[in-house]
Amino acid sequence: MQRIGVFVCHCGTNIAGTVDVKAVAEALKSEPGVVVSREYQYMCSQAGQDLIREDIRENKLTGIVVCSCSPRMHEATFRKTAASAGINPYMVEIANIREQVSWVHKDMAQGTEKAIILGRAAIAKVNLNTPLTPGETPVTKRALVIGGGIAGIQTALDIADAGFEVDIVEKQPTIGGKMAQLDKTFPTLDCAACILTPKMVDVAQHEKIRIFSYSEVESIGGFVGNFEVTIRKKARYVKEEICTGCGLCTEMCPQKKVPNEFNLGMDNRRAVYIPFAQAVPKVATIDADYCTMLKSGKCGVCSKVCTAGAIDYKQKDELISEKYGAIVAATGFNPISMDKFDEFAYSQSKDVITSLEYERLMNAAGPTGGKLLRPSDGEHPHTIVFVQCVGSRCEACAEKGKEYCSKICCMYTAKHAMLTRDKYPDTDVYVFYIDVRTPGKNFDEFYRRAVEEYGVHYIKGMVGKVVPEGGKLKVQASDMLANKQLHIDADLVVLAAAIEPDKSARPLATMLTASMDTNDFFTEAHPKLRPVESPTAGVFLSGACQGPKDIPETVSQAGAAAAKVIGLLAKDKLTGNPCVASSDELMCNGCSSCEKVCPYGAITYIDKEFRMPDRSTRIRRVAQVNPAVCQGCGCCTVACPSGAMNLRGFANDQIMAEVDAICK
Amino acid sequence: MATEKQNEMRREQILRSSGVNPRKCMKCGKCSGTCPAYDEMEWHPHQFVQMVADGDIEPLLKSDSIYKCLTCFACVDRCPRGVEPAKLVEAVRLSVIREQGANHMKPDDIPAMLDEDLPQQLLVSALRKYAK
Repeated sequence: MQRIGVFVCHCGTNIAGTVDVKAVAEALKSEPGVVVSREYQYMCSQAGQDLIREDIRENKLTGIVVCSCSPRMHEATFRKTAASAGINPYMVEIANIREQVSWVHKDMAQGTEKAIILGRAAIAKVNLNTPLTPGETPVTKRALVIGGGIAGIQTALDIADAGFEVDIVEKQPTIGGKMAQLDKTFPTLDCAACILTPKMVDVAQHEKIRIFSYSEVESIGGFVGNFEVTIRKKARYVKEEICTGCGLCTEMCPQKKVPNEFNLGMDNRRAVYIPFAQAVPKVATIDADYCTMLKSGKCGVCSKVCTAGAIDYKQKDELISEKYGAIVAATGFNPISMDKFDEFAYSQSKDVITSLEYERLMNAAGPTGGKLLRPSDGEHPHTIVFVQCVGSRCEACAEKGKEYCSKICCMYTAKHAMLTRDKYPDTDVYVFYIDVRTPGKNFDEFYRRAVEEYGVHYIKGMVGKVVPEGGKLKVQASDMLANKQLHIDADLVVLAAAIEPDKSARPLATMLTASMDTNDFFTEAHPKLRPVESPTAGVFLSGACQGPKDIPETVSQAGAAAAKVIGLLAKDKLTGNPCVASSDELMCNGCSSCEKVCPYGAITYIDKEFRMPDRSTRIRRVAQVNPAVCQGCGCCTVACPSGAMNLRGFANDQIMAEVDAICK
Repeated sequence: MATEKQNEMRREQILRSSGVNPRKCMKCGKCSGTCPAYDEMEWHPHQFVQMVADGDIEPLLKSDSIYKCLTCFACVDRCPRGVEPAKLVEAVRLSVIREQGANHMKPDDIPAMLDEDLPQQLLVSALRKYAK
């Protein structure tokens, strides 16, 4: 039998104003197990806590009930008080008579009655409480960053600078991501490569960082502090450690007609290639889909010209297993496909391009060497129409667009328009917008400069259709402010395509058992207060995989994710939450219901030998909960048809006892 | 002039029969940007949405614009928010021609319109559209 102390708090007049606290303390005195019951003005104060400690010692209490504010407010306080007086902190229950009683009721009699009922329920629960001890698990002091764009690069650098080992897995042959493809960056217009490539070099030279380029995560097991990850290093048919990156093979390869993905297919590369001059690692890769040698066994030019002897046509995919304490998802974004937006004629005309393609056209390392030329005929365009929100904020077109605002388009379009007018003042530039959204430091000033200094024509309205006709693009659009329909003969149309999470994010989330929203963006543990953590312990989020973001925001978030990882890796041991699920093996029938509903992947099944009453043995399939992974949500306890699954601290009989006490 | 109450009833009836929720409109103007009959219309597709939402219906009822809409549904197809302006135009037109003596086209008008090059179906559908 428990010896329970009840402590009713006045909270000044917060509770005592609507609840007769003396009557509550008096009424609860006669509940089963209660040996002492008293009230005090402020239980959470030093004097109040001393009172509790004194009573625990004097009356040899085994459990306490505090009738006060929400457990979210002071449960931790009173648990510490109890622990300091020598009883298990999980023998403390809070009856919330402030938020659930005094703040929501006006009538003293009703309030007092409800407070007594809630106190009674808490007492009934403490009678069945058992002391709980949190478990401890060790931490592997190494982090994995999935994705080598600016988000992954910044996170890896920050973690490595704190002294922890970091591995970056990047599916492309080089790190750098989307930022490496950009020309200039808003709002300061510094060149993307000039600020990104030094960071890429820092990553390559950092002694704590390993880069697995041209690699993908194959499987993830384990839990926070102890993830076991298998990485597939795809065969690039070039020995990475020998290749010097001289690029001779990429010049001699006879297979010249491979669409260059780095320039979004606007020019061609060879079958053996280095994506761009500043690639990290600067190592050639053979594209197996186009290499004549790999396809038919006839050629071998690259092998003949390679003085280092780095070409290896027999290379196979390699599987690498490694342990990590923390995992950061930094899988980034892609522009959505424009193929289904027939009204803009993207698939009908080469001169209708996306903003990322425009970025390559403006880039000195791009397909035109930085000269703005029309893809169709290589002529200089004189009239350019930019269309905003193509596929963004598109509620009605779920099969082709996105309901959200892609956030970055307003600013990069202002940048494109401004740079175009700056380099080619003879060009007429129109921007069709629904709203111009520029919340950010120096962002609105930037957009206004495009209008006021550079004379870009901003028109409130949307383009209705684009028709290629006689070498021109006939643009029909509305000007909402002038209440007119406009017809413009354009040379080039640039579509600000919506952005979406990379396709690799969804399978990765499944492997991580990390939650995602309906748009396949990773969900945060709390949208405001825990924005860089996934609800799955040990998984962190960096960059556009969590939501559309520009570069400044991505870099801040990348640093924040790194700080969270460092905080985790700095610990030698992790203290778990003892309120986790556990399965009664004798009652478990091995149905897998719990495994299916567990959002964290904490439940596995094992075949276990049981001794039967007749002394024979039998092997049965039973559920096992990994307490380090379990977050104590309780889904499994509801799903379990045989009642074998129980949540410690919130056991089925405890909950029923509370309900009984309330209904008494 | 219609009383305020009559106007409100008319507005509700138009919204009900069209099934359009004008509050979904984000005023991007793509409907009017895409409209092939734009120059023929006094009130344009985006204005129909705005004016019905505001209860400013009288001018629409009196306007020729309701007969200029081709019902091509380009605006319905391309509206990013699924507002369906053409359905609203149609509902306003129906609300007019359903009144007594308000038929915009009579069967007697047809013989004068007959033309070898004109598909007969066009006249049939026009009669359906412009008369009770």
